[in-house]
Amino acid sequence: MISIEYLILITVFPPLLVCAITPFLSDRTILRDLLGPIGGLVSSWGSIKLVQAVLDGEQPKLEFLQIAEGISIGFTVTPLGALFGLVASVLWIFAGIYSVGYMRGNKEKSQTRFSTFYALAVHAALCIAYAGDLLTLFIFYEILTFSTYPLVTHKQDELAQKAGRLYMSILFGSSVILLLPAIIWVWVITGSLEISQNGVLDGKINPKYAPFLLMMFVFGIGKAALMPIHKWLPAAMVAPTPVSALLHAVAVVKAGVFTMLLVLTNVFGIDFLSKTGASFWLIGLASFTLLTTSVIAIYKDDIKARLAYSTISQLSYITLGGALASSMATQGAALHIVTHAAGKITLFFVAGAIYVGAKLSKISELNGQGKSMPLIFIAFFIGSLSIIGVPPMGGSWSKFFLMLGAAESGYFFVIAVFCVSTILNVYYLLEIPARAFFFKKEKQITPKIPVLITIPTLMTCFLTILLFFFIEPFQNLASLMVGK
Amino acid sequence: MTDILIKNLPILVVLCPLMMSLFLVLISNAFISWILTLLTTVLTFILSILLFQEVQTHTYISYALGNWAPPLGIEYVIDKVSIIPIIIISSISLLSTIFSYKLMPFDVGQSSISKVYSLWLLAIAGLIGLVTTGDAFNLFVFLEISSLASVALVAMGAKKDKQALVAAYNYLIIGAVGATLYVIGVGLLYSITGTLNMEDLSNKVKEIDNNRALIAGFGFMITGIMVKAAVFPLHIWLPRAYSYAPSAVSVLLAATATKASLYILARILFSIFNISDDLIIITLNYVILPLSILAMFAGTIMAIYEKDIKRLLAHSSIAQIGYITLAFSIGSNASIAAGFIHMFNHALIKGGLFMAITSIGYYLQKRITINTLSGLGRQMPITFFCFILCSLSLAGLPLTAGFISKLYLIKATISSEGIWIVFLILISSALSLIYLWKMIEVLWLHENTKKIIINENPSIYISLLIITFLNIYFGLDASLIVNNSESAANTLMGFSK
Amino acid sequence: MISSSMGIWNYWIVFLLMMIGLFLVIGRKNFLKKIVGLAIFQTSVFLLYITFGKITGATPPILNEALDKVYSNPLPHVLILTAIVVGVATTALGLSLVLRINSEYGSIEEDDISAQDLVDYHDEIETNKKLKSKFVK
Repeated sequence: MISIEYLILITVFPPLLVCAITPFLSDRTILRDLLGPIGGLVSSWGSIKLVQAVLDGEQPKLEFLQIAEGISIGFTVTPLGALFGLVASVLWIFAGIYSVGYMRGNKEKSQTRFSTFYALAVHAALCIAYAGDLLTLFIFYEILTFSTYPLVTHKQDELAQKAGRLYMSILFGSSVILLLPAIIWVWVITGSLEISQNGVLDGKINPKYAPFLLMMFVFGIGKAALMPIHKWLPAAMVAPTPVSALLHAVAVVKAGVFTMLLVLTNVFGIDFLSKTGASFWLIGLASFTLLTTSVIAIYKDDIKARLAYSTISQLSYITLGGALASSMATQGAALHIVTHAAGKITLFFVAGAIYVGAKLSKISELNGQGKSMPLIFIAFFIGSLSIIGVPPMGGSWSKFFLMLGAAESGYFFVIAVFCVSTILNVYYLLEIPARAFFFKKEKQITPKIPVLITIPTLMTCFLTILLFFFIEPFQNLASLMVGK
Repeated sequence: MTDILIKNLPILVVLCPLMMSLFLVLISNAFISWILTLLTTVLTFILSILLFQEVQTHTYISYALGNWAPPLGIEYVIDKVSIIPIIIISSISLLSTIFSYKLMPFDVGQSSISKVYSLWLLAIAGLIGLVTTGDAFNLFVFLEISSLASVALVAMGAKKDKQALVAAYNYLIIGAVGATLYVIGVGLLYSITGTLNMEDLSNKVKEIDNNRALIAGFGFMITGIMVKAAVFPLHIWLPRAYSYAPSAVSVLLAATATKASLYILARILFSIFNISDDLIIITLNYVILPLSILAMFAGTIMAIYEKDIKRLLAHSSIAQIGYITLAFSIGSNASIAAGFIHMFNHALIKGGLFMAITSIGYYLQKRITINTLSGLGRQMPITFFCFILCSLSLAGLPLTAGFISKLYLIKATISSEGIWIVFLILISSALSLIYLWKMIEVLWLHENTKKIIINENPSIYISLLIITFLNIYFGLDASLIVNNSESAANTLMGFSK
Repeated sequence: MISSSMGIWNYWIVFLLMMIGLFLVIGRKNFLKKIVGLAIFQTSVFLLYITFGKITGATPPILNEALDKVYSNPLPHVLILTAIVVGVATTALGLSLVLRINSEYGSIEEDDISAQDLVDYHDEIETNKKLKSKFVK
């Protein structure tokens, strides 16, 4: 039996290994493309074992080196981290298969470079999940930014370069200017950057300053895409769809909200937040972002742009859940990381499938296309239902907990925000299958969707349904996170 | 044998480059003079490492020159403070000597190599002497030795660009005025204390209060040294001198020259005078602190608008010197330690950046402006990789040495001065990302318009690799430099008590 | 009375020389005149040191039988010997630089030289102000 410390390495290193080997396999494409899913399987096995270990009450820990007093590079598996690690590694399998189908179906160039950086990004995301120290987290956060830059600019045309610049300047700029100083601030007042179970700031920081520190964190974590630093996410949609699917629905943005939740629960601590009300402004901001971006999404005709704004809105659910500072809401937020990931990756898969199969990327062009690609649109429908929060899809659980949390914390307007946003969700998401199935067909297209695209799409779609019935381990992890 | 060696270490470390510089004038072969210079710098480096070990156990080594007992005779002092600049100077001079192998003939021509190396060693000897001496007037002599040698070295750049002569001339005039101001200060202090030995001075100064000659002397000394250390707004000589000097000379000067003067500044502020003195508190709070903040912003903004890369780096040096003086101006033990940490790290960072840029200049055979860089990153992956790492270090990102400096600087600032200074530090270091990114973007993302093909030369990038490795190493394991800087700060502050 | 004012008189001279020197260094555009100014400035410092060392009514510090003699302080003189050497070196280097500048630029007037430099600078940088290169396709 492998000791649980090494399980962390088994989970984290397959993507790095894939990243290291891939450049040498540019001529042997089959082997190269197999590496991703295989790596995903190994990582997933490791992350599932880690989840079990955490559920058994253990806390695997690995420390590599100490940089300065209280600052070290190392891994610790917290319940929230185990949750995020599981999501990232399991979805990597599907995304890995899907990206092979997509890249080949679309005949993209530089596929080797693409796979290399793709794997590196997954590695960074997993390291963020298991980071044992805020500085470790920060380093992998930056690696994630840098590794996704070549993916965003993959097409290398003027538009992609422009998007890449915006992407880098927002994500890198915000993290260096605000996140890093915030981390240093925490180090100065607590003397340590270790990620512990509960808040570390209670009694160490003047409550007067706490909202400012939180503000530095919130705007420093650009990946969580709160307004007004959300622009990079729609811009990043110039990337090939597998990138948007895994990275901009799962790895990158979830790394952002994961960091946000970690800061709210493990640095500030929900007790401290609810006691001082330091996160009150964040509730307002997150609610605002949530509603505004939902409205913007309605007006977007491009499928991926609409999904991007929908993602921003859903990320705000998670931030809002953390900011409410009640244990129910935080659990809901953690669950939303899982359920939204499964749902949104399905939607992106579908968007990519439509693009590869029928070369369509506008919603207005989809009229009546449902009959020619029924499976794909059914998957989209199910994914949408999950995000809207209709049982029996996974998404209903997280929304349920978030609502409960809002009620528990006493911010009743938040419940209203959730309700309005759900209605908007219905509007902008269900429009797509509705047009596909009930509108009159305008263009005659015979789509050719590669089987490597259809299979992962259906699998993740199936996953969203499974999540409804097997939410228990996740829920246990989430409750462990809030210390119950 | 070893006993005698150890006893004479403080003078040997100065004499070794000094003597060799005299000898080198006689040699005409370029290669032999390089080898001899290399051997001398290696020897100097070994001697300084020995000194470092000796200081760890003895904490204070005093050497009476010519056996005249201090305070009357000239004393050479190595303690936990002065060992830091000594290590910086000896290590950087070793690295830049290795670096200069290909570049020096290219910059100054084959025929005058041995004379240049003679000046090179003279400058190094001057700088080391500057930090080892414990005598205020002897310090002036070394100050002039090092700066005259540096001026001549800068003027050697005239073979490539005649502007080097004007740069050297301005450096000479401004430097000489600065040094003379320092001498006036020393004279005024001598006129009321009757001593030139620094330790003795600090004892005598404590007994005198509210003497106008003392205040005037202090003012002259500080101003003189601030000229030499290129503290804003007395920095005007620096950008030109660094940018027109021969490549290897830019590396050596940028990494070491101002560091030695900054060390002297700290010595005057905290060990000759006393931190508890009103005079020093006023100077720190109302002169050095505002000037440092101005330097941070002025240097960075000038760098952002600069098109000439060597000058850009020189402007960035002014901002970085601002960080060091800012750390000094806060005046707590922790902040002075942070100043020394940054002094060390900045030598590594700027050394690396100048090496990367000047080696690009060598490959291109011309001056480097932002335009000439386009697309070269892909042509020279090793140089570019080192350049990126050193840039990250300058910006203060984690896992690099620059991060450690920033970390301790911010910690020291928060705990004693207040948050607003921290914000200013953060804003200016965020601004520095702009010019760094500007260079990286052009190097990496732009296309190679002139279709230049470059084969990197191992003899050039080896020292660049070493210095980059050091940047990363001291970012990962900072304990060595942090501990030494902290004990340096404690020694410095305890010196006058 | 006279002796004490003589002491102050010396400092006046020092001050005057210092200001003349500094003015020449800062105010003159001619590189040669700047060096002259620098030399005067340094000389004023030499005089300052010598004045410190002088004690009114004291003899030169030569050991002889009369023990109750007051000696002038010899140390400043020694220091100034060193400083003179440094000053000579500075002047020599400065003059040789001026010679080289004259042969390269054909002038030692700051305005001429900076005009020439500016032309070079424009050739190198200003005309290329806008980045010409494009992103890699």
